[in-house]
Amino acid sequence: MSTFLRRAVPNLRQLKPLPKQSSILRNGAIQRRLVSTYNADVAGLTDEEVEFRNAVTDFAEKEIAPRAAEIDRTNTFPSDVWEKLGSMGLLGITVSPKYDGLGLGYFQHTLAMEALSTASGSVALSYGAHSNLCVNQIHRHGTEEQKAKYLPDLISGAKVGSLAMSETGSGSDVLNGNKFWITNGPVASTLVVYAKTSPDKGSKGITAFIIERGFKGFSTSQKLDKFGMRGSDTCELVFEDCEVPEANVLGQVDRGAAVLMSGLDLERIVLSGGPLGLMQAAFDYAVEYVHDRKQFGQPIGTFQLMQAKLADMYTKLSASRAYVYAVAKACDQGKVSRKDCAGAILYSTEKAVEVTMEGMQCLGGNGYINDYPMGRLLRDARLYTVGAGTQEIRRMLIGREFNEQFKH
Amino acid sequence: MRPSAARLLNILVPVKRAVDYSVKIRVNPQQTGIDTNVKHSMNPFDEIAVEEAIRLRETLGASVVKSIKAVTIGPPKSVDILRTALAVGADSAVHVALPESAPSPEPLAVAKTLQALIKKAGDGESKVDMVILGKQAIDDDLGVTGQMLAGLLGWSQATFASKVEVDEGKGEVVVTREIDGGGEEVRCKLPVVITTDLRLNEPRYASLPNIMKAKKKPVEKLSPEDLGVDYTPQLETLKVTEPPKRVGGGKVASVEELVAKLKEAGVTAA
Repeated sequence: MSTFLRRAVPNLRQLKPLPKQSSILRNGAIQRRLVSTYNADVAGLTDEEVEFRNAVTDFAEKEIAPRAAEIDRTNTFPSDVWEKLGSMGLLGITVSPKYDGLGLGYFQHTLAMEALSTASGSVALSYGAHSNLCVNQIHRHGTEEQKAKYLPDLISGAKVGSLAMSETGSGSDVLNGNKFWITNGPVASTLVVYAKTSPDKGSKGITAFIIERGFKGFSTSQKLDKFGMRGSDTCELVFEDCEVPEANVLGQVDRGAAVLMSGLDLERIVLSGGPLGLMQAAFDYAVEYVHDRKQFGQPIGTFQLMQAKLADMYTKLSASRAYVYAVAKACDQGKVSRKDCAGAILYSTEKAVEVTMEGMQCLGGNGYINDYPMGRLLRDARLYTVGAGTQEIRRMLIGREFNEQFKH
Repeated sequence: MRPSAARLLNILVPVKRAVDYSVKIRVNPQQTGIDTNVKHSMNPFDEIAVEEAIRLRETLGASVVKSIKAVTIGPPKSVDILRTALAVGADSAVHVALPESAPSPEPLAVAKTLQALIKKAGDGESKVDMVILGKQAIDDDLGVTGQMLAGLLGWSQATFASKVEVDEGKGEVVVTREIDGGGEEVRCKLPVVITTDLRLNEPRYASLPNIMKAKKKPVEKLSPEDLGVDYTPQLETLKVTEPPKRVGGGKVASVEELVAKLKEAGVTAA
């Protein structure tokens, strides 16, 4: 479509061999690289952080974004992506270089999560589950033997990681029970699983384990068919008298609650990058569309009601980002605030659903057509209201944190 | 077997920091140029040049390609693209620093700078054997720097390369060039200037571990005075405007009407 041609000089992309069929959609809705409206000045990144973010964005735009629509349509995660993420160095951002990690902080991990999410919400979610929920927990709490055994393959992308929390039956070394909605469940080889080992002790009776796919008594049920985040494979885990060797206890027996809770704070902040990325993708697409689409002789973006939509989407995205970044940086300073980690994901998730919904509206009828990405962005954003905790739990948690402060 | 002691190849890769290809270009109100307060990145053809140098080392081996050095001429921010070149595999880099307010250097000045650098490298261990650079920069599309450099140095040149094969034993390269009619093969004696075209290769992106390792690689800083080059512009840009807006076509009712309109527009049969 000629309206998408911006440059008088030959467009490099035009000269290359024809792009794969999936990137030219019907109705001429060509998938092309959008100039991002990411406001680097306000984001407050240092030069190094800018370089980091640009590198991940380039990777995501080249390797992930062109496949996003197909991943969603086929509900399939391409198996070669894990090793690509591994070679890029993305799977061990917070892990010490001793285990081939980058030794960087939660802020960089959040930036990476955001950049991948802009390219594909599904890939980013699976990435987050693997690199933070699984890898980071093993890195923080594992023994030297456990780290040496499990981290290299997880960081190279040769093996996929996952994390599962839910109620199970009793027994200190034999697991029984089911875990629901586990991201990467169908493909993970290494899983961090929390289980009740002393049910009568309540929260003081939870243990974290490292489970391997081959363990006797452990199996997974088939992939779930989800509304969104299609391609981020999810399933139920089944434990039937699953025997776990003592060497696979992560942390200490019955001391799993601390491992779990502190992990959740970090999980919340890193995954907050997910909604940010989706909002950025939705806004970039919508803002370009409303300036291309003309009605009554002018681009629809110049009508006041549309200007209002742009303003609302942009400010929600920018405000969410400011909060998430601030909390991530505080975590790297050692100041991990439970209510703010929960607040960051609570807020960014709520705004993401609003922004992607509004983004879809900006496209009018076209927003409703699956040739355009807006539907997928909204469906992916919706996951975060229940994934990695629900909005209700997050609200309850923040309120409870304040209740604790005022307790006598 | 070469008669003299085999010397390893040193490759120089000049790179330019240009406006990113995805940016929507806007002419400034004075009509003297474009708004440059936008995203910049390495000129895509130069990315292809860096990639080719690295691939040559991967194919021929470190026993043939001794060093890959990236060089850029520009304001302080230009160091960014040198970091990118180092991250994808260049060994060292040179930044010829121009003041922030200086106008973009012209091709002849760039060629003279590269010539001075090559002369400075001398004829010994650091002798430059190949210069690989983009065929043109996507901001000015001038496409002359490589040719001028070859002329100044008196070296072979192979421009618009879509394939490069090195025969280090014979001290030659065979380059397939993209020309209007198709492809042309030229055999050049070293030393040679090669300019890259689009189909030469697909550049790799820098991985995060390599980006971090690149911070330890050396970047030498030089000034124009060190090289004795004058950057005073020889060309004056009179006016910059956007291309004329596309006007709608018209429908014709018959072949006769079509022919009449074509004649009106001044189109004649050859």
